[in-house]
Amino acid sequence: MIPANFDYHAPSTLDEAFKLLSELGDEAKILAGGHSLIPMMKLRFAEPEHLVDLGGIPGLNTVSMENGSLHIGAMVKEAELEHNAEVTSKFPIFTDAAKLIADPQVRNFGTLGGNLAHGDAANDQPAVMLALGASVEITNAEEKRTVDINDFFYGFYMTAIQEGEILTNISIPVPAGKFGNAYSKIERKVGDYATGGVAVALELDDSGVCTRAGIGLTNVNPTPMRAERSEAALVGKVIDAAAIAEAAQMASEDCNPSDDLRGDSDYKRRVIRSLTKKMIAKALERAQA
Amino acid sequence: MTKEITVTINGEEHTHEVESRTLLVHFIREIAELTGTHIGCDTSSCGACTILIDGKSAKSCTILAVQVNGKNVTTVEGLATTEGVHPIQEGFKENHGLHCGFCTSGMMMRCVELLENNPNPTEEEIRWGISGNLCRCTGYNNIVKAVQYAGAKLRGDELPSTEPVFVE
Ligand SMILES: Cc1cc2nc3c(=O)[nH]c(=O)nc-3n(C[C@H](O)[C@H](O)[C@H](O)COP(=O)(O)OP(=O)(O)OC[C@H]3O[C@@H](n4cnc5c(N)ncnc54)[C@H](O)[C@@H]3O)c2cc1C
Ligand code: FES
Ligand code: FES
Repeated sequence: MIPANFDYHAPSTLDEAFKLLSELGDEAKILAGGHSLIPMMKLRFAEPEHLVDLGGIPGLNTVSMENGSLHIGAMVKEAELEHNAEVTSKFPIFTDAAKLIADPQVRNFGTLGGNLAHGDAANDQPAVMLALGASVEITNAEEKRTVDINDFFYGFYMTAIQEGEILTNISIPVPAGKFGNAYSKIERKVGDYATGGVAVALELDDSGVCTRAGIGLTNVNPTPMRAERSEAALVGKVIDAAAIAEAAQMASEDCNPSDDLRGDSDYKRRVIRSLTKKMIAKALERAQA
Repeated sequence: MTKEITVTINGEEHTHEVESRTLLVHFIREIAELTGTHIGCDTSSCGACTILIDGKSAKSCTILAVQVNGKNVTTVEGLATTEGVHPIQEGFKENHGLHCGFCTSGMMMRCVELLENNPNPTEEEIRWGISGNLCRCTGYNNIVKAVQYAGAKLRGDELPSTEPVFVE
């Protein structure tokens, strides 16, 4: 399968990329790792006339821990996060997620920015970012703006990124006190998209009371979703089995899965309930360790 | 809609005018005429097309040739040297790590990077490490043995037995 014809551009600076994007308008698509876009182009689900490759632009692939936040450049590869000990010691959720995203070859090419910018509720990183309370930096020729991850996913394959804009950075707050995070999904086979997935991030105060809970769900809603009622059911409590069961039940009620080849909606709600339970318990254990 | 690109494959520069939409696997097989890299699924699933780009394993059916302009690609043809076959090739040969051989070139390229990152992997790490490569023949057990053998050889350790393991 060969994509339809297009013209390829490889800018070497962000300014050059913005110039190209403004000249080419909606006929251009941004190319990051290409591991969502190229398969769609091969199937002719996407036929952009121009591709603007971010691969040659320096500065988009750095990872740093500064001012209480983890900053990840949009072009950082999934594999780079998976193998970065500084990142995974605080955020083992990236090891959990990476192991379940496709396979090693895909993770060598797929980028965190592309995983989010694709706007696909089946991708795993959106739920992880929702749980961690991330924010994204979106840049255009004139300015940078910061968008809370809660305001980023608009609809099916639609995000807050507008024409002529590039997602440049992802920032994740590093909590000062005790915190823990975890992700898992049910997949039909290694490398498959999720039947359902759950990301949990918890913060605890010194007496063990939960002060923040973030819960993101994968592939059980038209857009990546936060289980807000479940989060509220944990905050202000010393999390015990009853609180976990209540939060898990709420997540299974609040998601909106559709019937498809991965299972019917009733089955997927059970998957979400079971995974929510397990991931709260795992994040809690990590926070207490 | 064409671009002139230079890709170094197994140490040799290949400069050609290609259509932007040319997939790397077609560049390798049809333009550079190195047919050891296979096309299995053509949908990023099977790993038969795995090659190394600047040392990192990648599925060449899901990468555009223009994306690797100026980069170094290694294919299965680049594994052996004048000294002989690469330890991973020896591992597959000694342990019967292949039957039909269709998956083998991609499988070996993936395993080269796996051993580079993790010289002494556990069986579980090997199985996760090849999770992007499908083999329809071997049942994988002999592939795991082949990787263990190659790892030992690369580390300079005593080589594990190549006797077949029979399940009682
Ligand atoms: C076989 C296979 C299995 C997979 N399984 C999974 C899985 O289980 N879980 C999972 O999460 N993912 C999975 N993926 C998807 C993979 O993780 C993708 O690589 C990722 O979703 C997209 O990242 P990319 O860098 O390849 O983006 P690309 O494909 O290059 O881009 C995707 C979209 O985002 C836009 N875009 C990319 N970067 C930017 C940017 N910086 N600014 C603005 N727009 C941008 C592009 O224009 C395009 O529309 C799988 C892919 C394959 C091929
Ligand atoms: S041919 Fe590329 S992964 Fe199957
Ligand atoms: S040896 Fe036949 S597919 Fe692996």
